[in-house]
Amino acid sequence: MMDTTSVQVLSTGKYVPKTVVTNDDLTKWMDTSDEWIKQRTGIEQRYISDGENTSDLCIKAAEDTLKGQDLDPGSIGLIIVATVTPDTNSPSVANKVQSAIKATNAMAFDLSAACSGFIYALSVAEKMLRHMPYDHALIIGGEVLSKTIDWSDRKTAVLFGDGAGGVLLKKAHDSNRLYAEDMHSDGNRGDALTIGAQDVNNPLVEQQEENKGYLKMDGRSVFNFVTRTIPSSIESVVSEANLSMEDVDYILLHQANARIIEIVAKKVSVPLSKFPMNIQQYGNTSAASLPILLDDYVKNGQLVLGSKQKIVLSAFDGGLTWGTILIEL
Amino acid sequence: MTTFEKIQEIIVDQLDKDENEVQRSTNFREELEADSLDLFQIINDIEDEFDIKIESEEGLSTVEDLVTYVEKQIETN
Repeated sequence: MMDTTSVQVLSTGKYVPKTVVTNDDLTKWMDTSDEWIKQRTGIEQRYISDGENTSDLCIKAAEDTLKGQDLDPGSIGLIIVATVTPDTNSPSVANKVQSAIKATNAMAFDLSAACSGFIYALSVAEKMLRHMPYDHALIIGGEVLSKTIDWSDRKTAVLFGDGAGGVLLKKAHDSNRLYAEDMHSDGNRGDALTIGAQDVNNPLVEQQEENKGYLKMDGRSVFNFVTRTIPSSIESVVSEANLSMEDVDYILLHQANARIIEIVAKKVSVPLSKFPMNIQQYGNTSAASLPILLDDYVKNGQLVLGSKQKIVLSAFDGGLTWGTILIEL
Repeated sequence: MTTFEKIQEIIVDQLDKDENEVQRSTNFREELEADSLDLFQIINDIEDEFDIKIESEEGLSTVEDLVTYVEKQIETN
């Protein structure tokens, strides 16, 4: 029998720390300028945690996502938090979210795929939800990347921000609902972007100087990877769904750099106006970037849940990992 | 089309400049105000166009530097 189950996005939400750090603020900590950052990245400000950890952001994003849904938390069968900056390795951030929202029936775990984490989580949830006895899944992307930044490295420090966003998914029995995906990893190129480190530290090992595991990025490698890989990934999901680019209402790209978004738009020959952007306000928030963007554009009315607008979501970065999903809202 | 003309075309397209602004002696950072991302994109397009690898952008400042680099690569291939 053909599987006619699919998933739909029921609601979106987000939370960011209250402290805004502008480009001018950064000039007090490092040798940089507002003009330099804006011209190369499109970033004007970012939100930075003044003490809240990743689970604090994710719990608030989860609460915002569930607000007004009149949902029995017991109907949530799955909670995935995409993050590379968990408070602790165990319990997971997802466990903490589960406890806070009282989703006692949920299977909860974190997923690590750097900036592609939310897309990966969406792909995993789409498959798991089909086979679960529950109707709802909560997917959160949340990061306190400021924990992993070397604040003396102006090449990376200006790029990132903290935040969390989420979506509530519902199992839908609707055979016409479109879904197409293109998911990849390439560990051979993993050194292009690294975050975090936990060296072996036991009585058998001579103690070395502590590796703080700051975020490190080889800008050209990442740039080459993204501009060469993402356009064809977008084209492949659109063609898998038997659509043309004109049929797609919006393409939501991971907010890593406004210039990269412009290059991708040019390569897929889609007007930039179809690429929602909020990097100027948040910077690159890794796994939180897409759900925050989604929520901002749902809240401003350009994306309408339940409207069957066709959108493409695409993310890329550390791992290397990348993935693109086409869904109907 | 010569190597120079192809490279000129790539730079004109990437930086949105007029052909007469992109000459052999032109320094793309100083005279064309290209930043690192512009340069990455120009190098990518050159790599694709000539089917070569440019390992590092260091030492490449003028259009002539690019032409020389590309011609040397094509020769060794």
